[in-house]
Amino acid sequence: MDHNTLSSLLTVLVIALVTLLTRLLPFLVFGGRKEPPAIILYLGRVLPCAIMGMLVVYCLRSISPAAAPYGLPELMAVAAAVGLHVWKRSTLLSIAVSTVLYMVLVQAVF
Amino acid sequence: MNKRAIKAAFPLTIPVMAGYLVLGMGFGLLLQRNGYSFLWAGLMSLTIYAGSMQYVAVDLLSGGASLISSALMTLMINARHLFYGLSMLEKYRKVKGAKKAYLIHALTDETYSLVCSAQPPEGVDSGAFYFWISFLDQCYWILGSILGGLLGQVIPFDTTGVDFAMTALFVVIFTEQWLTHKNHLPALIGLGVSFICLLLFGPDSFIIPSMVAIALLLTLLRHRTEEEEAA
Repeated sequence: MDHNTLSSLLTVLVIALVTLLTRLLPFLVFGGRKEPPAIILYLGRVLPCAIMGMLVVYCLRSISPAAAPYGLPELMAVAAAVGLHVWKRSTLLSIAVSTVLYMVLVQAVF
Repeated sequence: MNKRAIKAAFPLTIPVMAGYLVLGMGFGLLLQRNGYSFLWAGLMSLTIYAGSMQYVAVDLLSGGASLISSALMTLMINARHLFYGLSMLEKYRKVKGAKKAYLIHALTDETYSLVCSAQPPEGVDSGAFYFWISFLDQCYWILGSILGGLLGQVIPFDTTGVDFAMTALFVVIFTEQWLTHKNHLPALIGLGVSFICLLLFGPDSFIIPSMVAIALLLTLLRHRTEEEEAA
């Protein structure tokens, strides 16, 4: 096993353990009928929307607006995903169409 | 008894089957394109089993992210699971031992939405019923991701740009949340704070400052946010 395989395995292990921890913690802490604090319940309601916004920025972080193609393929594909989703509300359709559009844009247009 | 539980559980999981097969394939394909075979896809879907996290994990693996930043990223993206658990405390209270451990491991967004709303039919053990919903869902996810990895090896056409699937996934979830929530302040904070941090810290190190700033700002703005929720 080379070094890369080992460090990849470790990364997968860490992600798996932390994911399990986020799922297990409520059962460990509040398994005995304690009411969770209000601030925890509040963050539980609002964090998912905020983190999703952060992930959108994360995905688009490498765009350089100063150099060709100025992030245009990303911009157009994101607009297509949002527009299609507002219109049809079908997650799979929105993802599939915008991804294919992006592939066509980067392979054949820009 | 198990047979009746499967019979009751399977029809409920059909919508998830479609979604998990397709999104799982997207994940497997992406992972394969980054140099990790279908075996890795299968391993990750078995042990991590969290959709959006696994898409981000492709990035973390191929970019050689440190264990600490991988752990922090996982914590933030999966923080919502903490709250799924809170609302499942009652439903899973009677389930014991290994079955309960598995139910907790398998509590993804989609499985959560199923077990949250589904009631076991008369005479069907609730633990077995929840187990089969959770287990079937994970089977679809594993199957999809392995198929995607295999497909990536034999696919003859140019797959440049297929990694946009991950961006599309998050954009679509973001849009869906925007449409279902009346209060847009948290979503705007997430977008705005991350964008400012991206400008300040650059693309390689803006995530952790963003996470801290988002959590802080949401806590500080709690009263305003809750007023808007109530309005």
